[in-house]
Amino acid sequence: MAAAALRAQLNALLANMFTTGMVDEQFQQLQSLQEDGGSASGFVAEVATLFIDDADRIIADIAALLDQPVVDFDKVDAHVHQLKGSSSSVGAQKVKLACMHFRQFYEAKSKEGCLMALALVRSEFCDVRNKFQTMMQLEQ
Amino acid sequence: MAVAIAEAPFHVLAVDDSVLDRKLIERLLKTSSFQVTTVDSGTKALEFLGLHDEDASISSVHADQLDVEVNVNLIITDYCMPGMTGYDLLKKIKESSSFRDIPVVIMSSENIPSRINRCLEEGANEFFLKPVRLSDMSKLKPHIMKSRCKEHCHQDEDLLSNSETNPTNNSSSSSDTITISSSNPTDNSSGDTISSSNPTDNSSGDSSNIRKRKAADDEILTKTSRPNHNC
Repeated sequence: MAAAALRAQLNALLANMFTTGMVDEQFQQLQSLQEDGGSASGFVAEVATLFIDDADRIIADIAALLDQPVVDFDKVDAHVHQLKGSSSSVGAQKVKLACMHFRQFYEAKSKEGCLMALALVRSEFCDVRNKFQTMMQLEQ
Repeated sequence: MAVAIAEAPFHVLAVDDSVLDRKLIERLLKTSSFQVTTVDSGTKALEFLGLHDEDASISSVHADQLDVEVNVNLIITDYCMPGMTGYDLLKKIKESSSFRDIPVVIMSSENIPSRINRCLEEGANEFFLKPVRLSDMSKLKPHIMKSRCKEHCHQDEDLLSNSETNPTNNSSSSSDTITISSSNPTDNSSGDTISSSNPTDNSSGDSSNIRKRKAADDEILTKTSRPNHNC
């Protein structure tokens, strides 16, 4: 029965992620690819892990760039672009939106603005990372 | 009704610098019954094909041998990559006499009409907006079938002039005539039909075969110009 309870918990978690807009239909697409079965099992966990590692690294890199006396905004752009791509591919909608919001600040070459935008990206990322990690634990 | 050709699965070479996107495209392709090789750069893609940047002219001399070693039916590549972009890779492939007939699909996270047109004009067969969907996979096979038909047309012409058959492709060489019906059974979504596969119909101008395709989702991002970083 424990399995059923875990299953219910997992479903509730997933439902919550969708209704709050934390993940979008791309994430659903990933889930359906996993249902293909066989070699595809664990696909969602694999992709979620790749995303978490990727985003962790990118956010740290952006923070380092913003810490420089002279900020290279083109590099910030490149990193945000990369994070936006990853979050889009995994279906992490809120992170993707935070990245899109970021753009105006590096285009304006505003360090303050970038710092605020980064804080938002980090916050959204932490949220979804926690949910993904819980999801993966429940799946096991 | 198409005549089924029993042969090995089609082999797709996928190029993307993002490990996450590589994982995704690999899963999409495998789910769609393709054999997949992924590489993380245009340079690696060319290496895999046996095409070296400087030696493009040399590779055409050894075309037969290269084709036997590496059999790729379609190349799908990201546009935005550091170093060699997807567009650069596309150009290199289309400049190569041994590989120019391999269909190339470009993927991009941004819907920029001028970018799309530039790729199509350079000979890309298709443009996918990221994130790529499973439904996009069904658009790949028609391009493969079209190019294989072209290849067999050339083979047939060679057969008439020489007696030697060139084993440039795998088992399907046993069927000299490929009959492809006017509607591809696997692709109903886009209404694209394979052109009537009359072997004598070799419209060699690639531009005439290219169908301008906007991404299915059609979210036109109202964008101002972005700073350049290999895109």
